Amino acid sequence: MGMALRIGTHLLLAFALPPLLLGVINKTKALFAGRSGSPLLQPYYDLIKLFRKGSVISETTSWLFFAGPVVGLVTAALAALLIPLPDAIAPFSFTGDLILLLYLLALGRFFTAAAALDTGSPFEGMGAAREVTFACLAEPAIFLGLLVLAKLSGSLRLADLLGGSLASHWVTGAASLALVLLSWFIVLLAENCRIPFDDPNTHLELTMIHEVMVLDHSGPALGAILYGASLKLFVFSALVVRLALPVATGSALIDWPVFVSGLLGVAVLIGVVESTMARLRLTHVPVLLVAACLLSAFGIILLVR
Amino acid sequence: MAHAAEPVLILAVALNFVALGVSRLRPVIHGVALQGALLGILPFLTHPEIGLRGGLLVGGTVALKGLVIPALLFRAMREANIQHEVQPVVGFIASLVLGAVGTGLAFVSASTLPLADEHTNALVVPASLSTVLTGFLMLTTRRKAIMQVVGYLILENGIFLFGLLLVEAMPFLVEIGVLLDLFTGVFVMGIIIHHINREFAAAGTEQLSELKD
Amino acid sequence: MACALLLFPLAMAGITFVAPSNRRRPWLLPLGALGHLALVGWAVLGCGHPVSGLGGWLALDALGKVVLGLLSLLFFLCSLYAPGYLTLRAERPNRVFCATLFVALAMMTLVTLAHHLGLTWVAMEATTLATAPLLYFNHNARSLEATWKYLLIGSVGIALALFGSFFLAYSSLKAGLEPTLLFGELIASAPRLSPPWLHAAFVLLFVGYGTKMGLAPLHTWKPDAYGEAPGLVGTLLAGGVTSCAFIALLRVYQICHASAEADFARGLMVLMGLVSMAVAAVFLVRQRDFKRMLAYSSVEHMGILVLGIGLGGPAVYGALLHLINNGLAKGVLFLSAGNIHRACGSKGTEDATGAIRRVPLSGALFLAGFLAITGSPPFGPFVSEFTIASAALGSGQFVAGALFLVLLGVVFVGMGKTVLSVVQGRPAETADAGGFHDGPGTGVPVLLFMALVVLLGVYVPGPLEELLREAAGAVEVRR
Repeated sequence: MGMALRIGTHLLLAFALPPLLLGVINKTKALFAGRSGSPLLQPYYDLIKLFRKGSVISETTSWLFFAGPVVGLVTAALAALLIPLPDAIAPFSFTGDLILLLYLLALGRFFTAAAALDTGSPFEGMGAAREVTFACLAEPAIFLGLLVLAKLSGSLRLADLLGGSLASHWVTGAASLALVLLSWFIVLLAENCRIPFDDPNTHLELTMIHEVMVLDHSGPALGAILYGASLKLFVFSALVVRLALPVATGSALIDWPVFVSGLLGVAVLIGVVESTMARLRLTHVPVLLVAACLLSAFGIILLVR
Repeated sequence: MAHAAEPVLILAVALNFVALGVSRLRPVIHGVALQGALLGILPFLTHPEIGLRGGLLVGGTVALKGLVIPALLFRAMREANIQHEVQPVVGFIASLVLGAVGTGLAFVSASTLPLADEHTNALVVPASLSTVLTGFLMLTTRRKAIMQVVGYLILENGIFLFGLLLVEAMPFLVEIGVLLDLFTGVFVMGIIIHHINREFAAAGTEQLSELKD
Repeated sequence: MACALLLFPLAMAGITFVAPSNRRRPWLLPLGALGHLALVGWAVLGCGHPVSGLGGWLALDALGKVVLGLLSLLFFLCSLYAPGYLTLRAERPNRVFCATLFVALAMMTLVTLAHHLGLTWVAMEATTLATAPLLYFNHNARSLEATWKYLLIGSVGIALALFGSFFLAYSSLKAGLEPTLLFGELIASAPRLSPPWLHAAFVLLFVGYGTKMGLAPLHTWKPDAYGEAPGLVGTLLAGGVTSCAFIALLRVYQICHASAEADFARGLMVLMGLVSMAVAAVFLVRQRDFKRMLAYSSVEHMGILVLGIGLGGPAVYGALLHLINNGLAKGVLFLSAGNIHRACGSKGTEDATGAIRRVPLSGALFLAGFLAITGSPPFGPFVSEFTIASAALGSGQFVAGALFLVLLGVVFVGMGKTVLSVVQGRPAETADAGGFHDGPGTGVPVLLFMALVVLLGVYVPGPLEELLREAAGAVEVRR
């Protein structure tokens, strides 16, 4: 497939698909609840609506308040450009890009939390504190999982880690990779504010983690935040799908549809998890995150043994 | 050891972490029951030719560890009317980390143990050691009597795992011994917990401290 | 023959269980005990050929004869005490109690007979489970707590012993032999067993069976269990179950010795023996409950037994003799303590005083038993402790010998305070227990125990000495 066409498909998928994932999750939850729910394309309509609205800005905020959504969106977009989609070459790819990936996500999170603290509201401060604490525990899990992949493939490029040889690694290191997959799915739920870590539909500020951080944003800023969140979900889902379905037949007509259906499958799975589980008590959330870290660590131990 | 046994062993070790980290009793008991059942079918996976006697033993182990003993524990739970473990002596996160450290050490040191040639790469020895350590940890740091019994069950599972190394060479007396021990021990413990509940308000062993010097 | 030794008590258990009358049932106990004693006597003394059964899995060797003889004698004398005791406790149903006593006897017999270490383990576990209902005879909160701790700690110890047994079998697998737990085969192939697995097995089995014996630091169940159990159960536990655990430990030690790995084992045993004595000494000082005091005394004597084996040489003979002396002296102490408890209505030293006035026979025997157990002549334990001490000093282990003597002295002082305050003084008016007086049923067995202790202190009968020497020689077998 031609280089331009490939990059074009990558960009199209990375930037057009993410809100659809949100729509699929909501639709799945509605179906579980016996409702018909909002249309699948609702997030797109929401984004368009938000970008056309005006903003209400608090007087106690500074430039940081604007920087939050912007940086969040930009870092998520850059991360989406780093992930190797089915053709195993991302628009940007170099040795050590896995570290850049983690740092981009961390940067986005930092600015979101800083913007929340900038408002001076106690709710947002509380949400920022919780978010950062849980992120401290979730990051090692991803990192250790990437270490497992790096050990198996012997390289530090995301393209190699999640590339064509992954299918053969599944044969030799199945146990480790299964553990990493489970650990990454738990981290996906944590980083994207899904049940059992955070309820995206709650309206009680004291129970929110992520939603409360962005309480004061409105209009285009809120639209940027919403879109950035969907991009982040896309990034994590892509990681999980690439690990779980390492299909690399070389034929674009097979690889891409498998990948897209994998993404939609992950969205459905998230919807199922959200519908069947209740939210964890706040004090038990660290236990689950530590367990996710330990699963990845166990995966490494199995490899180096 | 056959390749089929590996995922089962890894799942069994992962269930150790479930027991260490979860505070609700019900999932923990389910986890230990699943672990026992998995271990019960392991001899079948590693030596598919064990015959009728072996098959009966496998079935008996699975039924005992997977059904009967959890049923007794659930009954004790109902009698004592407890659903949660209170904060144990060593907190949940610290327990998880200690369990992980122990598991890591078990896996690393198992490669340095002088094992017989056919066992050098088996996962059974480190899985057994880590399960024994987990059982010990639970036994010594939990406050509720039922959780201590669960810790004892995990300890027994770990010992049973080690016995699997000998299953082809030794008669099954050893397995039967483990089963007898397990069954009567937990049966009697179940009765004791029942009586404990009748005497005290809830089966918390911190109340069993009237006798001391 | 071996199977008869096992089946007879089990059959008696069955009969006792179905016997309808609560009043008459206790009389089955001395009957069954006499029968068992007769069988044992024939097996040990009269029977010309070696006793064995189950294709070599059961066998009665010299060591087994010593312990089995002690067990049967203890049980017989306790069973003489039982009818009198159970008549006093007529309000409690004794069906389970009596039947379980026979089951416990059968399982303890099995431990002494077993020559397959897996079978030893099963029997030891069965003994634990069989004695638990006996502990719970009083059915109150305190005895429940004691039984819970006994079961939990005992089961953990037994689990570790199983782990150790697996390691032992693995040591023969690693050596390229057919893995086995048959005692005879292990002794024969001992020099070839893989040393690291053998060491690990010994440590685990020492911890596991040591828990059942009540060695420090795993002795924490003992004060509660012995404190809450009825007197005759205490005797069986202190003299019988601990002896069974001791013989199980000795079997492993024999294997270690035969494989020339004994030095490691002996060092461990000397150390843990002294530690047990020290812990017991600490807790015996200012002990306010005279039954718990007996438990700590038991911890101390288990330490002495293990120390004797660890010192080696003539001390092994001393330790085996001490096994017998300890069992008999504990019989005196527990039974008379039970009588005093009944008479004064309490186990604490505030309420239980002036025993020698209230129940003269039991009080006097309790005092005499105290003198015996702390090693005064002319009682039996003096002879065995002297043997151990002189063996320690004679073989150059001065530190161990000196510590041994010092700790014996501390124990004497500590126990003495408690015993004397119970025995002497004026009977407290507050303590009244419905007029228990010494009677033949509760007094004669204690006298018989005392008589045996005195006998062994003055003169060790020839056949017994021969048997003990043979057993000691078997323990220290060298290939």
